[in-house]
Amino acid sequence: MKKLTLLSATALVALGGGLAEAQTPKKGGTLNFAVVAEPPTIDCHAVTTFAFAHPGLPHYSKLLKWKGDYKNLKIVPDAAESFEQAPDGMTYTFKLRQNVKFHDGAPMTSEDVKASYDRIINPPEGVVSARRSLYADIKSVETPDAHTVVFRMKQPNASMLTHFASPWNCIYRAAKLKEDPQFPAKTILGTGAYEFVEYVKGSHWTAKRFDGYFLPDRPYLDGYKAFFVKSNAVVTGMIGGQFDGEFRGRTPTERDQLVAGMKENATVVDGPWVTNLMFTFNTQKKPFDDVRVRQALTLAIDRWGGAPALSKISMLRDVSGLLRPGYEYALAGAELEALPGFSKDIAKSRERAKQLLKEAGVPNLKVKLVNRNVAEPYTPGGIFLIDQWRRIGVEVEHTQLETKLFFDAMKEGNFDVLVEFISDFADDPSAQFDKFLTKEKSSQAASGHNDKKLDELFDKQAREIDPVKRKALVNEFERHALTQVYSAPLLWWQRIIVHHKKIKGWEHQANHFTATDLVDVWLDQ
Amino acid sequence: MADVTAGDAFADKIPKRTNPIVKFIVAQPLGFVGFLIVLLYFVLAVGAQWIAPYHPEEVDFGAMLTGPSPEHLFGTDQYGRDVFSRLVYGARTALAVGMLSAIVGCTLGAILGATSGYFGGIIDNVIQRLVDIMLSFPIIVLAMVVVAVLGRNMIAGIDANLIVAIALPMVPKMARIARSSTLSIAQMPFIDAARAAGYSHARIVLRHILPNIVAPYLIMLTAFIAQAILLEASLSFLGLGVTEPTAAWGLMLSGSSADFYQAAPWMILFPGLAITLAVFAFNLLGDSLRDWLDPKMKV
Repeated sequence: MKKLTLLSATALVALGGGLAEAQTPKKGGTLNFAVVAEPPTIDCHAVTTFAFAHPGLPHYSKLLKWKGDYKNLKIVPDAAESFEQAPDGMTYTFKLRQNVKFHDGAPMTSEDVKASYDRIINPPEGVVSARRSLYADIKSVETPDAHTVVFRMKQPNASMLTHFASPWNCIYRAAKLKEDPQFPAKTILGTGAYEFVEYVKGSHWTAKRFDGYFLPDRPYLDGYKAFFVKSNAVVTGMIGGQFDGEFRGRTPTERDQLVAGMKENATVVDGPWVTNLMFTFNTQKKPFDDVRVRQALTLAIDRWGGAPALSKISMLRDVSGLLRPGYEYALAGAELEALPGFSKDIAKSRERAKQLLKEAGVPNLKVKLVNRNVAEPYTPGGIFLIDQWRRIGVEVEHTQLETKLFFDAMKEGNFDVLVEFISDFADDPSAQFDKFLTKEKSSQAASGHNDKKLDELFDKQAREIDPVKRKALVNEFERHALTQVYSAPLLWWQRIIVHHKKIKGWEHQANHFTATDLVDVWLDQ
Repeated sequence: MADVTAGDAFADKIPKRTNPIVKFIVAQPLGFVGFLIVLLYFVLAVGAQWIAPYHPEEVDFGAMLTGPSPEHLFGTDQYGRDVFSRLVYGARTALAVGMLSAIVGCTLGAILGATSGYFGGIIDNVIQRLVDIMLSFPIIVLAMVVVAVLGRNMIAGIDANLIVAIALPMVPKMARIARSSTLSIAQMPFIDAARAAGYSHARIVLRHILPNIVAPYLIMLTAFIAQAILLEASLSFLGLGVTEPTAAWGLMLSGSSADFYQAAPWMILFPGLAITLAVFAFNLLGDSLRDWLDPKMKV
């Protein structure tokens, strides 16, 4: 472990050196980076994984975007030139840039924005809108002229600006959507800084600079090439020079290997991550419809004991409930420890867990645990869960599936317990609570429960503008969700990025979805 | 009484039959060593729950990456799991998958080969061309395709599709050997007699031909068990075989083991040795059985 500490120190030196530099950007070059999963779809509105965000999002613009690193983050206009929120929170007006073009040469107008948002809010039959529930408060999208879009609300929504800055709200061409609402799932056509060149499944995704991009001096790069590789190939690929970076995150061990292998060429950035690993019960299946069984399985987990050790070998690091530890709305301290699975007295918790299983009539419970075959941190998370459950006599069959098969199993309810995640681009209760709602309310919910109280609390907190009142509602939601345990967080992640020092202009945000447009990235070579 | 005395005297002159096991040990000492190692693996597999000091999936964060010691004979991995216990339980996975897939592959191959050799003509042609096609694929590639296409199908804790994937590449090899043996047996007078007696083809193949190719079947079976163990380890190493946290030798070598092998070489050393030794032992046994059962080698 001494070795790890020494290398971590080296990494921090590299980080310090990287941040201290302020240079004039250079044009040219191709950015090569690794992506450790294959996108299940290429439709921004349907997809939820970095596997598309990293190679796919640079092709698209959105109304707003996030700028800055995780310490100095703010929302700025993207395809919009400016935006205005009415004081009562009932209207949002966006003035669009005049010179935004699609990659086929067609100008982007307010009609394209309206068609894209209509598709998100009210998806036509067969179209998946993964975050539809977040936009349910929008009453109408109006286009008074070709470069103005007005969103009128049914009721105020405290998270609305955050949602408008979602990296997933790609603007599609209205004419193409009219011809075929599934068009974005088949073809890449955006207004982003890079034009699509080719996607070879299982191999790579390439793009070239879009000369008609609305910022005349951007992008700096000639293009980029994303390589789809297994996670365990990233370190050797980066040390060998095949990739310049991987922007999801590496483990502490891999960070140290990369620093040791790349030496002075490594730049390391370590920070928080608005992402956790959680497990969801299929409440449509017995005995997981019984709250005693669900509580028993969360009570068995020694989160406080496991977190420090797992943080040395995996991306998992922090204990928290439904919101990122440290976030002002998150439950913490005694309030959190009072909830099932968060007590520091693990012996007592496990005794209670065994008792609950006995009361529920399943003292020798067998569980089919479906997990992703993305090594980090799904495999360590799965191993930890299985070990913890074994300690209360639960036998687990562990299945790790490719990303697409995993999402199919999730959609079809083909699991007892599913290892999944809350992962978002910003700390926001509305975004992070989405998976805890009923299926009727959220297309991302996998549990299948019918607890309307969660839907009601979700709505109340979403429209509460007063921060103090909103926090109380958010805490009530969290307490109820963690007591009913339709899903339960395991641990929250740490985000460690290592890239070649020649990469400049890349921003480390506390998520792996934003800062993916590569507009400001350049190569110092 | 006189007859009895004469008989006893005669009996003294008849050479005593040596125990066949003793004869095998004397004639094939290396094969016996292989047999002992295989036996050891069987003992480990069957008695894993009594032999292993820890549960193979037991995480102990207090003992992460600990070197070999009296508490952990072969050290621990990054989760603090006891490597020795995982190796012992891994023998169960290796032998279960190895034996089942070798038996399935050899049996299917023997039936196909015997059918092909017995009937000849168009049936022989069709089967042999299929065998040619299957033989044209590298073993690992064919197994990977099968695993990828079929996915997982857990039955009694064992992935049935993994067994199919490993068994399939063995079928054509066994079919070739069974066919050549069948071609010579089919010319024997007792087969003609069976035909003349009006026995059905199925009865002739199952009752008269298959029992006569048992020797090559057993030889191939032992060789294929070694191959199957290696293939299972390879597939698990590639992430296509057994899933964590199941104790399996290939899995112990794969994944994040690569991240820790410099700090904890025991994590890969002992599983590697276990695979090597198992393959070596089965191959020794197979080679010795071949020599032992081949009449020509006894001349």
